[in-house]
Amino acid sequence: MSSERELFRTDDSLVQTETRDARMTGQGDRFNSKLREAFGSSPFILTKFDKFMNWVRGSSMFMLQFGIACCSIEMMHTYAVKHDLDRFHAGVPRASPRQADVMIVPGTIVSKFAPRMKRVYDQMPEPKFVVGMGSCTISGGPFQEGYNVVKGAEEVIPVDIHVPGCPPRPEALVYGVAKLQERIANGESSPVTVKPYELEQFGDLERDEIVDELASEIDEEDLVMRYNWADSP
Amino acid sequence: MSLQEESETPEIESGETELEALLDDLIVDRDDHMNAPAFVIRPDTVQETLGRLKEEAGYDHLSLVTAEEYPDRFESIYHLKKFDDPTDEVSIVVPTDSENPVSESAEPVFRTADWHEREAYDLVGIEYDDHPDLRRILLPETWQGHPMGLDYDQDRPQMVPLRENANPLQEDQRAESDSDTMFVNIGPHHPATHGVLHLETTLDGEQVVDVEPDIGYLHRNEEQMAQNGTYRHQIMPYPDRWDYISAGLLNEWAYARAAEDLADIEVPEYAQIIRTMGAELCRIAAHMLAVGTFALDIYGDFTAIFMYAIRDREEVQNILEDLTGQRLMFNYFRLGGVVWDLPEPREEFFESIREFVDGLPDRLEEYHDLITGNEILQMRTVGTGILPEEVAKNYGATGPVARGSGIDYDIRRDDPYGYYDELDWEVPVEDGCDNFSRLLVRLREVEESAKIIEQCVDLLEDWPEDERNIQANVPRTLRPEDDKEIYRTVEGAKGELGVYIRSDGTEKPGRFKIRSPCFSNLQTLPEMSNGEYIPDMIAALGSLDIVLGEVDR
Repeated sequence: MSSERELFRTDDSLVQTETRDARMTGQGDRFNSKLREAFGSSPFILTKFDKFMNWVRGSSMFMLQFGIACCSIEMMHTYAVKHDLDRFHAGVPRASPRQADVMIVPGTIVSKFAPRMKRVYDQMPEPKFVVGMGSCTISGGPFQEGYNVVKGAEEVIPVDIHVPGCPPRPEALVYGVAKLQERIANGESSPVTVKPYELEQFGDLERDEIVDELASEIDEEDLVMRYNWADSP
Repeated sequence: MSLQEESETPEIESGETELEALLDDLIVDRDDHMNAPAFVIRPDTVQETLGRLKEEAGYDHLSLVTAEEYPDRFESIYHLKKFDDPTDEVSIVVPTDSENPVSESAEPVFRTADWHEREAYDLVGIEYDDHPDLRRILLPETWQGHPMGLDYDQDRPQMVPLRENANPLQEDQRAESDSDTMFVNIGPHHPATHGVLHLETTLDGEQVVDVEPDIGYLHRNEEQMAQNGTYRHQIMPYPDRWDYISAGLLNEWAYARAAEDLADIEVPEYAQIIRTMGAELCRIAAHMLAVGTFALDIYGDFTAIFMYAIRDREEVQNILEDLTGQRLMFNYFRLGGVVWDLPEPREEFFESIREFVDGLPDRLEEYHDLITGNEILQMRTVGTGILPEEVAKNYGATGPVARGSGIDYDIRRDDPYGYYDELDWEVPVEDGCDNFSRLLVRLREVEESAKIIEQCVDLLEDWPEDERNIQANVPRTLRPEDDKEIYRTVEGAKGELGVYIRSDGTEKPGRFKIRSPCFSNLQTLPEMSNGEYIPDMIAALGSLDIVLGEVDR
């Protein structure tokens, strides 16, 4: 162990001195990187702002730290050693949705959780992207016939990339994220294929049998999500 | 296994006459289950009956409450055991009429009945008299109908509100009144809740006045899925998804054990050894994640301990992938054995296991250095999250949670299955009753699991080539006799994992009920954290090591 460490030792005293000297005199080749040389004499490049921003967005993605079910275990493995999603400019899990760009939906969504997930998605700032991880976010997966299971994440929020599997291997998730980055860098926006369910005020719903039955339990101003199970795909 | 049961039969019978004498005036009828004698009682004598069984006959463990609806009646079944001897079981069957399904609550006798009866009310629709807080637990409170009932229409629209939670103690937190309490929702999306758990917490300054776990955010209808599947092949994939922290084989065993006993299938010895080895590998993987996330909860340390734990899990997962073909959802057990033999070349496979097991002592040393020997962690965990033995028993806590409270209870040893009784290992018990003890129990269990694996590898290496029988002969379609009932448990990663099956003469179960250890363990959280500081509550939650997939099923 110690002999290996010897190999990687750099003479940092020299580096520090040079950097410090360069700072003090305003001289030095601190800004003359290889990239800078490649540009030639002009320190400017011309590009479209949108293109630049897309490149930036794709290359620095903050993921929402968000675990639902089985897939979140594989997602943790993707973040951790061996697979290390960080190598692909996408490994900073943020606990708050307000700091996140990408939401990986790792698991089965059930009726009670769907409104909460919608709320978390709404709290993320634009532009935001969603990776659906696992079969459950595609169709409900093995639990599709359950009385309580939402038949895919797209019933609730728009999804950019679907990663199939039950659960997908970490490599598959990395591939999905890489594909998302590719799309973002190319400026492709996420098509909303299904109109997402809305959280609606209870008072705004059409009066029908179910609404009448619940009128005593729910306030007019309460946000509700209505599931028409028979119409679900 | 069957030998053992036969030798115990006379003992149970002598116990039965005693029980009959004890409950003489209460018993209406007999309705014996395959695992235990079952007595039918009237719905207004539940407390009396269970009280007598607990106080006078020593049945101190309410393992499970099963509720189901028949065309002519509702039925609640209380499965009772003894912590001293889990093979000594008795079931109490409480039928109620279908027009007015009201039954007396068992909550005053066993605290654990609280959540079990709420679940029965939620999914089946039986009401419990004298229950302290009978409302829905898994489904949203505005749900219409009881989905495990017979006349439930699954296609009916449902409405789910997004409620802002009201402060239960005070209307406006900024009012100039003298109250200092504050209401905080922790979860369902929160990194410290290990999934989608919602804790309704009332705080006084930094101290927890009251915490109420709100579950059901991952209620995936596992019981319905199992009832829709055929015994032979269609149920086995689902247990992997109950406790999904790599504990798949342990869960599969719970179903396999119940169904094999129900259909009277004898598993070949060779397959039992493979099962035992695979299950213990799963236990190591599951405990590693428990330790890693516990450290994450205590230190917020995402760099060292968590990554070490994941590194070791990756190694276990590689071995399990070689064995089963999948990293997480193994689907490896079959009724009557396992699906295929060990991978070829066998020497290489054994070598990889030995390498892992031999390296484990050094790693555990590392964990002890980083975690248990660390003064900061000790200050955070020693003496916090106290769960006294009696309270743990009252809540039906099992697994590392019970063993951390000094309860010497392990199904692998006390109600042996598989190959465990032939091997040499110990059950680690700590009597500190705090967060630290539960952590220690997990780390010591990893050692014991490694011992078991090593012995299994020795046995498998020397197994004669022509006797490698991995599956018993099982009929293509299993149709157990009508109206046989069985409840069997195994030691899962989190505790006593049980499955109750009632056959109805078809190739699918009539009723399939899962006894989740996490469901009972999570109930103890308020006992452990009320009055403590909020970080200690988070530590207590981490030390319970719950998996929401198993809590909610």
